[in-house]
Amino acid sequence: MKLITHNMLTSKCIKGVLTGFPLAINATDIKIKEVDFNSEFITRVIPKLDWEVLWCAANSIGHSDGLPKTIEPKFEEDEEFLKKAHHVLLEIEVEEGHLTCPESGRQFPISKGIPNMLLTEAEVQ
Amino acid sequence: MWRRYLMWFAQEHVDFRHAEMQSILSLFNIQIRYIEKPCIQKPYWIVELPSEDCLRKIASRSVLIKNCIELWSRARSEIQLHKNLQNSLKNTSGTWILQESMNGTSDLHVCPKEMIETYCSSKKTFKVDVETFCKHYTMTEKVKKIEGFSYLPLEGPVQLKNPDVTLSYIEFYGTDPNNVPEEPYDVFFGRWVVDGQRDLIQVHSLKKRHFIGNTSMDAQLSIIMANQAQVKSGDVILDPFVGSGSLFVSAAHFGAYVWGSDIDFMMLHARTRPTRVGQKVRTKEESIRANMKQYGIESKYLDVLVSDFSLPLWRDDLKFDAIITDPPYGVREPTEKIGIERDNYTLTDEHLVNHIPSKVEYGLPHMYSDLLNFAAKHLEMGRRLVCWYPLVREKYFSMGEITRRERKEKRAEEMAANAARKEKEYQNRISDNT
Repeated sequence: MKLITHNMLTSKCIKGVLTGFPLAINATDIKIKEVDFNSEFITRVIPKLDWEVLWCAANSIGHSDGLPKTIEPKFEEDEEFLKKAHHVLLEIEVEEGHLTCPESGRQFPISKGIPNMLLTEAEVQ
Repeated sequence: MWRRYLMWFAQEHVDFRHAEMQSILSLFNIQIRYIEKPCIQKPYWIVELPSEDCLRKIASRSVLIKNCIELWSRARSEIQLHKNLQNSLKNTSGTWILQESMNGTSDLHVCPKEMIETYCSSKKTFKVDVETFCKHYTMTEKVKKIEGFSYLPLEGPVQLKNPDVTLSYIEFYGTDPNNVPEEPYDVFFGRWVVDGQRDLIQVHSLKKRHFIGNTSMDAQLSIIMANQAQVKSGDVILDPFVGSGSLFVSAAHFGAYVWGSDIDFMMLHARTRPTRVGQKVRTKEESIRANMKQYGIESKYLDVLVSDFSLPLWRDDLKFDAIITDPPYGVREPTEKIGIERDNYTLTDEHLVNHIPSKVEYGLPHMYSDLLNFAAKHLEMGRRLVCWYPLVREKYFSMGEITRRERKEKRAEEMAANAARKEKEYQNRISDNT
C-alpha cells in the first residue's frame, strides 16, 4: 500500500463510524520501490491530498525526512519538493502490517501490500 | 485548408465505432466534417479535418481504425479513378473539383495538382499498396493494377520497406463474402498517413498476459473502454470491480494512474484457480502488478484493495477522472456483498482469525444504482463512468437478430448463451451547486 492510497482511505464502512479518517498505520515490513517521476501528475494530485495526514503518516513509519509540514503556495515550481512528494506518495510501500480505525479501533490487515478492508458478516448486520 | 481523408475501420465491434470516435474527437476537441454520412455498414468514412495533426491524434487513440489515407481521388470504377487522377495533374486551380451527390458516390473527384506533386520529388522513395476488400487478387494482378498508375509523375526510387511515401489503392467489393460483385462498388487512391492502434490488440493480448482470470476483458474492448472514458496522461481512474486488472492495462497505457478494489481476496492475491487450459497452479509472477510490469506501465499502478463495493471506502471529497469497470453479472462471476441471512449472528474471537466472511446476493439493480450514485459523487465534473450492463437477449432482439449478432459479436461470446451485455457510458453532468 502506497501513502497516496492511505491518504484517500477511510473506515466508514464500519457501522457508527462517521469519518474513519485518517487510519493509523502499523507497518512491520516496508519496501521502497522506484517509480518513474511525473511532475504533471504529482502537481495535479497534491491539491487532492490532506497534506497534514500525509506528513503524519510518513512520520509514523519513519519516512518523513525532508518532507515539509506544510505546502508552499507555489509548490508546482519547486521540483525538489515535487520529487520528495513523489517519493513519499508513490515509492514507499507498506507490504505487511495493519491499518487501525481512529474511532472504533478495528484493525484491517495489510498483506503482500494489499489492505483488506472487508468486515465480517457479523459487523454488517 | 481542411484536408480530406479516408478512415478505414476494422469491420468488427462496429457498434462501438461512433462511440469511440465521438469520445476521441471530444477528448482532443477536434472539429470534423463528414463528407458521407458516417455508417457502420461500410468499413470506411470519408471526412475532412483541419490538419494532418488532428488525424494523427485520432489515430494515436483509436483501436477500431486500421489506417488513414489522404484522399487523392475516388470513383465508382477503376477507369474513372484514373481519369480523375489524370485530370488532377492538370488541375491548377488549387482547389478540389467535385460533384457531390446526396448519396455520396459521385464520380467526379479531382484533387488539386499540388497535392500530388508535393510527394513526387525525385528524392522521395515510394511504394504503392493495393488492397482489395472482400476479393482476392494474386500478386501478378496487383502489380498490373499498380502499373496502371504509370502516368503519375513519381520520380523517386521504389522502396518497399519504409519508403518516404506510401500510396494506397483500394477497391471495395462490399462486405458480403458470399455475394462478391464483378466490379468494385468504390475505388480509392491516396497517400497513406497513419495506422490506428490495431497492433496494440496483439501487444496486450490475453494469450500472452501473465495473470488473467475467468472474466478478464479482451484487449480490444479494454482499449475502446479507455477511449470512451477519455483517459489521458496524468488522470486518476478507479475500477471498483477490478478482478484481474484487465481494464488497468489499457487505461495505464494511455497514461492514467489506476486504483482498484474487489471483494475477492483470492483474486487480488492471485490465488484463485488458474484460468488457462492445462495450468494446475498459479505461478509466482501472476498478479495485477506483474501485468503492469509486463507492459512497462508499473509506474502507473497505485493500489488494489480488498473491499466490498456496497460499503463506503474512499474519502467523501475524493474525485476520480474516470471510473472504468466491468461489474460481475452473476453468471460467470457471482454478484456478492458481505452479509448473512441469519439474525443476531456473532463471531467468537477464536473464529475471527483467518475468518472468511459469508456473502449474500448483491442484486444487479442494487449494485448498478450504487455504482451510479458513487459515480455522481466521486467523478470530476464532465468526466465519465464506463461500464457494461448485462441484458437478457430474448427480451431485446428478435430471433433473426440474435443469430446475426451471435455470428458478428465477439463480446456476446463471453456471455452465457441467453445473455448479452451492453456497454454503458455515463457522463457526470450533475450540476455542482456549491
